[in-house]
Amino acid sequence: MTHAIEVRNVYRDFQQRSAMAGLRHKVRAVDGVTFSLPAGDVLGVVGESGCGKSTLARLIMGLLPPTSGEVLVDGRSLSGMDRRERARMIQPVFQDPYSSLNPRQCIRDIVGLPLAAQGDQPKARQADRVMEMLARVGISSEMAERMPGQLSGGQRQRVAIARALVLHPRIVVCDEPTSALDVSVQAQILNLLAELRRELGLTYLFISHNLAVVEHIATEVAVMYLGRIVEQAPVQELFRTPTHPYTKALLASVLTPDPALGIPDVGLGDAYPDPTNIPPGCRFHPRCPSALAKCATTMPDNIRKDGRLVECLLAVPA
Amino acid sequence: MTPVVPDPVLSVANLRVSFGQTEAVRGVTLAVARGETHCLVGESGCGKSVTALSVMNLLPRGIARTADHLRFQGQDLLGMSERQTARLRGDKMAMIFQEPMTSLNPAYTIGSQMSEVFERHRGATRRQAMDRAAELLARVGITAPGMRLGQYPHQLSGGLRQRVMIAMALMCDPELLIADEPTTALDVTVQAQILRLLQRLQQELGLALLLITHDLGVVARMAQRVSVMYAGEVIETGTVAEVFAAPTHPGMTRTGEPLGNIPGVVPRIPLGFIGCGFRDRCTLAMPECAQTVPLRNAGGDHFYLCRLPPDWKRAAAA
Repeated sequence: MTHAIEVRNVYRDFQQRSAMAGLRHKVRAVDGVTFSLPAGDVLGVVGESGCGKSTLARLIMGLLPPTSGEVLVDGRSLSGMDRRERARMIQPVFQDPYSSLNPRQCIRDIVGLPLAAQGDQPKARQADRVMEMLARVGISSEMAERMPGQLSGGQRQRVAIARALVLHPRIVVCDEPTSALDVSVQAQILNLLAELRRELGLTYLFISHNLAVVEHIATEVAVMYLGRIVEQAPVQELFRTPTHPYTKALLASVLTPDPALGIPDVGLGDAYPDPTNIPPGCRFHPRCPSALAKCATTMPDNIRKDGRLVECLLAVPA
Repeated sequence: MTPVVPDPVLSVANLRVSFGQTEAVRGVTLAVARGETHCLVGESGCGKSVTALSVMNLLPRGIARTADHLRFQGQDLLGMSERQTARLRGDKMAMIFQEPMTSLNPAYTIGSQMSEVFERHRGATRRQAMDRAAELLARVGITAPGMRLGQYPHQLSGGLRQRVMIAMALMCDPELLIADEPTTALDVTVQAQILRLLQRLQQELGLALLLITHDLGVVARMAQRVSVMYAGEVIETGTVAEVFAAPTHPGMTRTGEPLGNIPGVVPRIPLGFIGCGFRDRCTLAMPECAQTVPLRNAGGDHFYLCRLPPDWKRAAAA
């Protein structure tokens, strides 16, 4: 079976220069990620800021080349693929609809740009497609002439979704598509995305630091920590029986409105992850509440069991 | 008739702020005791941030605040000159702003912005101030603080900038900290760690915290007291246990969340408005709601602003 997305042992390094001492650090943002996503699924990628989830998204969209490894979309490698062709297969929806829409173009032109760039359809047909798509995301035709500045945050994100879908791609990469929006608007946008997926048979890579959002929309969840996927499982299993200590800490950090409970001590201590200085052994061991002595020296392997992936020495069957 | 807070660090009585013909804050009364967390919650536009800015005397030029009194540690803030307020601000009273993108100066390094506060209020040398800044950056979980001090705001991610804001507010060990959505943009794990840090500072230093948030999880887990604002007024206040056990204002009861999914938006209140600000959205509104609404006691420190008696829900169910 051909997967919508297949990521094979992908690495991505960046050079970071320190302003103070002029030192150079190598930051390995994505450190050997492998997964495949069947068509029609939604893979939620969660993890703290700096864990590499946005870099992973950019690698999958072909906006960044991997340092090594390979990304395949519909069974075909992204490297060497024509930009126009890539744009027809995979499209992004970004976090901030205030900066992702050109403030000097009207909505009609913004949504029409991908079609104009493809340049393979008559103008009249392009205009029809734009209006069709705007109607589909709940933007009325009167708004097509407006500028982004005249729209609310929720409306702008609808425009960004229309632009992503106007070429009828099979895959949409959503990078925190709701986190810049008001809470009441977030639910509307999520529901719209879920509806569009069902109707158009889309595949989503859905990146979010908000676990509730991911639980709502994803079919499968990957938990990233310092550049690696440390646990991956179907959404219900991951939330019901988290296995990796980091996943457990992540879920335990969610604050439910219960005055009887205080701020949870999830056992992460005062250490924070540093992508410029990845610890030896298991990369989570300095923060892990259940770390053993061997965790500081031995790097855990991927353990695959019952459709679940866990990367932890404690998960090894005795 | 209002809740009695003995020896408060901050005491606000009948605060009013208007912008032109719109009244943004309409008689807010609240107090925060030493070592206590008081949460201010409500929809966007309800006047939470304006209340905070009034306390800090940071309202836009020409916008006046009036109050029966506004006291910090017993000192009258209303009668203070700008110079006197400036001496307190950033030292004994500090504020964490909502937008870390716009509240940091893009032209100065993190280190120079952080150390300025300490040099100015404590007469410290640049070197002492830089050491203090590095120490606080580490405490809010910023790795490689030495490198960060030399960087400019645009070189930092949103989450890092937010933590810089938090660290900066703590530079002079304030007695009162006003924090406007300080952890909303952060990962849940970091949120839990920072809230624990704030709690520890409260225990160690007796910090009084006025925390503005819309996250009921944060309110329930973090605060001792809560005030719910709507259209410029505190519509319900009490201890967190009281308010969560029996939310009484009709705007609080629909979904168990304050003003959860009620149709409509927070109205703009014109000068001279009389009666309940919620009446246009309230299913229980009566003609008499257009007259002055009484502040009623629901037992203990629990007060609400509505014509209905405290047991109206039981009466309605019967």
